[in-house]
Amino acid sequence: MRARNADLWSGLALAILAGYIIVQASGWDYTGPDGPGAGFFPLWYGIAMLVLSAALVASSLLRAEPEGLDWRGIGRAAAVSAALAVAVALFKLVGFAIGFAALAFFTVSVMYRRPWPLAAAVAVGLAGGFYLVFPLLLGVNLP
Amino acid sequence: MDILNGLMQGFAVALEPANLLWCLVGVVLGTVVGVMPGLGPPATIAMLLPLTFRMNPAGAMIMLAGIYYGAKYGGSTTSILLNVPGESASVVTCLDGYAMARKGRAGAALGIAAIASFVAGTVGVVGLMLVAPPLAKVALAFSAPEYFSLMALGLAMVVLLAGRSMLKALLAMLVGLWVAGIGTDPFSTTSRFTFGRLELLSGIDFVVVAIGVFALGEVLVCMEGHAEGGAVPVPKGLRNLLPTLQDLKDCRFAFVNGSVLGFLIGVLPGAGSTIASFISYGVEKAVSRRPQEFGKGAVEGVAAPEGANNSETGGALVPLLTLGIPGSGTTAVLLAALVLWGFKPGPLFISENPALFWGLVASMYIGNVMLLVLNLPLVPLFAQVLRTPGYVLYPLIIGISIVGVYSVSGSLFDVSLVVAFGVLGYLMRKLDYPAAPLILGLVLGGGMERALRQSLMMSQGDLAILATRPICAAMLALAVLILLVPLFNKLNAWRLQALE
Repeated sequence: MRARNADLWSGLALAILAGYIIVQASGWDYTGPDGPGAGFFPLWYGIAMLVLSAALVASSLLRAEPEGLDWRGIGRAAAVSAALAVAVALFKLVGFAIGFAALAFFTVSVMYRRPWPLAAAVAVGLAGGFYLVFPLLLGVNLP
Repeated sequence: MDILNGLMQGFAVALEPANLLWCLVGVVLGTVVGVMPGLGPPATIAMLLPLTFRMNPAGAMIMLAGIYYGAKYGGSTTSILLNVPGESASVVTCLDGYAMARKGRAGAALGIAAIASFVAGTVGVVGLMLVAPPLAKVALAFSAPEYFSLMALGLAMVVLLAGRSMLKALLAMLVGLWVAGIGTDPFSTTSRFTFGRLELLSGIDFVVVAIGVFALGEVLVCMEGHAEGGAVPVPKGLRNLLPTLQDLKDCRFAFVNGSVLGFLIGVLPGAGSTIASFISYGVEKAVSRRPQEFGKGAVEGVAAPEGANNSETGGALVPLLTLGIPGSGTTAVLLAALVLWGFKPGPLFISENPALFWGLVASMYIGNVMLLVLNLPLVPLFAQVLRTPGYVLYPLIIGISIVGVYSVSGSLFDVSLVVAFGVLGYLMRKLDYPAAPLILGLVLGGGMERALRQSLMMSQGDLAILATRPICAAMLALAVLILLVPLFNKLNAWRLQALE
């Protein structure tokens, strides 16, 4: 995938979003007895988004200077995002301290490839630090 | 006389021991945040916002503003030492600051950055003090149509926020308008774009978007690699940090240029410190007797953008406090903070809350002095933060983001949303979509729609109301002209190409 294609795909994604906005806005009142309705403003920015995303798609097709993407880096960011999503799900089941410690352990041991004792120390230290600072010192609830 | 009385009242507020402490906490935190790449002032203020709910609003505002202008001081440090800008406005400082460091003049560059920041920061506060009250009086003439035009003007400034692609900046702004529209329509109670989720009926909290896009998005970008900082030795000793008298003499015009341009650009919503720093650098180079030195270690090339970056803070607070219009991501978060505390930034803000406004102004004078005193001797110490390993720093930022969002709403759904916005922020960076227009669209979207609909109610649906009111028409015309600037630039470039 090249940057030109990335623009193409992001343009198409935004065009789909614009289509969704327009379809939804069309279902709401454009004008009401007191003036513009709930659909008035979204309809116009939806149309603007559709026009601009179409222009982005067109310009990406015309441009002839593609640049490579760092797929390895993107893979690492995707792995962290997935770990974050799993951690949020874990908060519901086991609470913040354990869920966050698991996330920190994954980050240190897998993403940064540090030895597991160091990863465990960082995970326990950070989770314990959060528990100490937020609920105990500041009275702020943790998830 | 009103200004003098107000300032006296402000100093009485700012010099209260508790407020002095909050000012110190704010400027120190701001400096640390500025030094740390990946955690800018908007995310920091957004994260700390929930913790300020139990504070006295004056103390909280003094601390948050301290973070805002304190970060401007710290932002130059990594630019000069490591060629890594701590924040976007410090990008220009890399050009000559890093070149100076490579020549063994890192101390002089850091010192001149701190002095330029102090001079321009103080000029910015003087500007805020003198311009804000009269501007508030003018703003009293504003009604719904004028507010709509003003917000349209603010959104038009987005063209100046665009990176390499104007299209992408405008699209990011429209996405911000869409996110602002999620929830229940205040006029008709229709639920819009809620995907059937009850949690979305009250809309998406600004803190969720700001933390996601700024903090988590940046963390994801930083975690693509294994970068852990620390490539250039940190200079030691106070003497090593001081610029020479010749340096100060060379920077005379740069101090004035950065201070004035930074403030004026700061007053314009949507312009921001990055543009201010670039423009002042360009002007400095244009009027310099030795333009060929720029980019190779010219001390004025550090002083002008750093000054503009700091003076912009005072300017940006003018539209924020007197019109309720945020000019940047950080002021947008500050606006959210004021609203959450129950204040209404706008024409009546100063007269209704003189202690808060003048206390803030006075605290900024004090904060700038604190920053100069802190920054000159402590720059080497602050730079040690960069040596915090990435495997500790980034999980820490993630944890603070999650706790910050959860403490606002107590909802795990919002924590899920912040992760989603983090991914969005990451994708925006990767695909070269600027984040600032999204935030501007989000912040201005609700108010803009409300003002437009109120205007059309006033005129019974006649759009001519926007053209027949003089202030309104003038601002809309200015907005159109600003939107056409990129087109003029392109036409000019084609004309020059044709001539060659």
